[in-house]
Amino acid sequence: MANEAVIRELKAIALQLRCNVLEMIGTGKAGHWGGSSSLAETMAVLYFHSMNVDRNNPKNPERDRLLLSKGHAALIQYAALCELGYFPREELQRVKSLNGLLQGHPDLTVPGIEAVTGSLGQGLSLGVGMSLALRLDKIPNRVYVIMGDGEQSEGQLWEAAMAASNFKLDNLTAFLDWNKIQATGRTEDIFSIPDLDRKWAAFGWEVLKVDGHDIGQIIAGINQAKTIKGKPTLIILDTIKGKGVSFAENTPTYHNGIFDEAKYAQAKAELEAQKETI
Amino acid sequence: MEMKSLRMAYGEALVEFGKTNPDIVVLEADLGKSTMSCLFKDAFPDRHFEMGIAEQNMASTAAGLALAGKIPFYSTFAVFAVGRAYDQIRCGIAIPQANVRICGSSCGLSDFGDGKTHQSIEEANIMCTIPGMTVLSPIDAVETRKMVKATLTHKGPVYIRVNRNDLPVYTPVEGDYEIGKMYRIVEGSDVVIFATGAMVWKSVEAAALLKDEGISAEVINVSSLKPLRKSEILKYAAGKKAIVTADESTKIGGLGSAIAALIMGEVNLPFEQIGINDEFGTSAHSYGELLEKFGLTEHDIARAAKKALKN
Repeated sequence: MANEAVIRELKAIALQLRCNVLEMIGTGKAGHWGGSSSLAETMAVLYFHSMNVDRNNPKNPERDRLLLSKGHAALIQYAALCELGYFPREELQRVKSLNGLLQGHPDLTVPGIEAVTGSLGQGLSLGVGMSLALRLDKIPNRVYVIMGDGEQSEGQLWEAAMAASNFKLDNLTAFLDWNKIQATGRTEDIFSIPDLDRKWAAFGWEVLKVDGHDIGQIIAGINQAKTIKGKPTLIILDTIKGKGVSFAENTPTYHNGIFDEAKYAQAKAELEAQKETI
Repeated sequence: MEMKSLRMAYGEALVEFGKTNPDIVVLEADLGKSTMSCLFKDAFPDRHFEMGIAEQNMASTAAGLALAGKIPFYSTFAVFAVGRAYDQIRCGIAIPQANVRICGSSCGLSDFGDGKTHQSIEEANIMCTIPGMTVLSPIDAVETRKMVKATLTHKGPVYIRVNRNDLPVYTPVEGDYEIGKMYRIVEGSDVVIFATGAMVWKSVEAAALLKDEGISAEVINVSSLKPLRKSEILKYAAGKKAIVTADESTKIGGLGSAIAALIMGEVNLPFEQIGINDEFGTSAHSYGELLEKFGLTEHDIARAAKKALKN
C-alpha cells in the first residue's frame, strides 16, 4: 500500500494534468475533455509512480511503454509528458496547430509517444507486438495499454485479446476506462456490451476492477497485475467521464466539446479550488 | 526456361537472412504453407508467430514489434494482407514509418482456382497511394530473394507482391537489388515495354513475337512500383517511338496510370496500357486461361505494341 504522502503527491499531479488538459482545450475550440479527465489519476500513477520512465531519455530501451488505444484522449497523455519535461510547456498552447508539436492524436513525433493510435481498436495489438519484442529480447519491462469502453465494440480488440492470451503475455497490462459514455451518448444505449469483466476473463485474461479515481486502488491494481504469471491482466477503471468539472461530468457534451469563456472560467475555478483540498 | 517458385524463394530468404539477423521475426495467419513462411517457423520457432486467422491484429502486432526494434515480415494472401488490414497498415505502420515488411502472396490472378474473392487485382495500386510505402513486385525467384535482402537495410515499411506460380528466372544471381531502379531484360529500339511481376515474362515473350515481325521491343522490369523513378522512365523511353505498360492489376491506378502521370507533358509518345479492366477475377483451371481471359498474354502485349507504333 502506497503511503499517504505518495498518494497526496499523485493526487496533486492528477489535478495538474487536468489543468493542463483544460489549458490545451482553451475556449472556442473543441477538445476531448471527458475521456481525458477520466484518466487523470491513472496517468499520474503510471508516469509518476508505477512505470519505469527516464526523464532524460524518452527512448531509454529499459523503459516501460504506455499506449493510448483511445487516442482521442491524447491531451491527458500530453499533459503528463509535459510534466515529465519531454517538451516545452509552450507546446500546450500550440496543440493541434499547424506549426505545433502536439498532433490531434498520438504521433511518434512527440517525445514519449510510443505508437500512432486514434483509429480505434488497434492499440492492444500494438501492445501485443511490443510485449512479444520485449520478451524476445529478455527485457523485463512492461507494456501498458489504455482502451476506452466505447472502443470495446471494435472487433480487432478481441483478436488482440485472444493473441495476448495465446502468447501468455504476462508483461502486458491493459486498462479499460469504464466511463460509461461515448461520443454520442451513454455506452449502454449506443451499443450495449454487458459483462465486460466476464468477457475478458473468458478470453483468458486476469480481470481486476478498481475505482479509477482512487490513487491507492490504481497502484494496488498495477502491483497485483505484476504478480500475475502466464496471462495478461485487464484493469477495469470505474471512472466518471469529465471528472473534476461539475457541469462536464457524466455527459457526452464534453466528449469533444467546446468551453465558452464563462464555462472555461468556471471549470478553471473548480479545478483551482480542488488544489486547496488535497 | 527454368521455372522457379517465388514464394519458396521468399521462405528460403527469410531463413537465410534470419541466420545472421536476429531482429527478423515472422508472422503468419494460418497460410504459412502457401506463403512458405513455414520454413522460417521450422528454422526459428521462437521468432515465428502464428497469429491465427486474424489479419488486422497481425498487421498491428507487426507494427508493435517494429516499433520495439524488430524487423517483422508478415505474410498472407495479398488480398487479405492489404485489404483486410488497410487501416492497420495506414495508421499503425505507414504513419509512424514502422519497419514492417508485408508479403502479399498469391497476388494478381495467380491463385487461379480460388476465384475473385482470393484474386487480388487492386492491392498494389492501393498500397502505392499510401504515403511513405515502398511497393515491390518481383519478376522471379532470384529477384524475390534479393528484395528480401534489400528490405533489411531499408528504412520504412515495404510491401512485396508475390506470384503464386512458378515463373521463369531472368534475374542474374549476382548483384544486389536496388529499390527504385529499373532493370532492362530485353534490349530494343522501337518500342519500350514497362512491365512488372509476371507481366515481364509475358512481355519478354511478346518481344520475341514482335521480333519475328521485324519490330525491336525493349522490356524493362519495373519491380519497384514505388518509388517509381521518373529519371528511369525517361532513360528507357528516350529514342523509342512508343510506350507500352503491362501489370497484373486493375488499370485504375496501376502501373500505366503511374507512368503516364509522371511523364505527362514531357514525353509525347503513343501509349498503350495492358492491365485488368474494371472487374474482378474468376475461377479457372489454370493461370494461363486467366491471363488469356483478361487480356494479359504475350499476344495482347504484342498487339498493343503494334497499335502504339501505328499511332
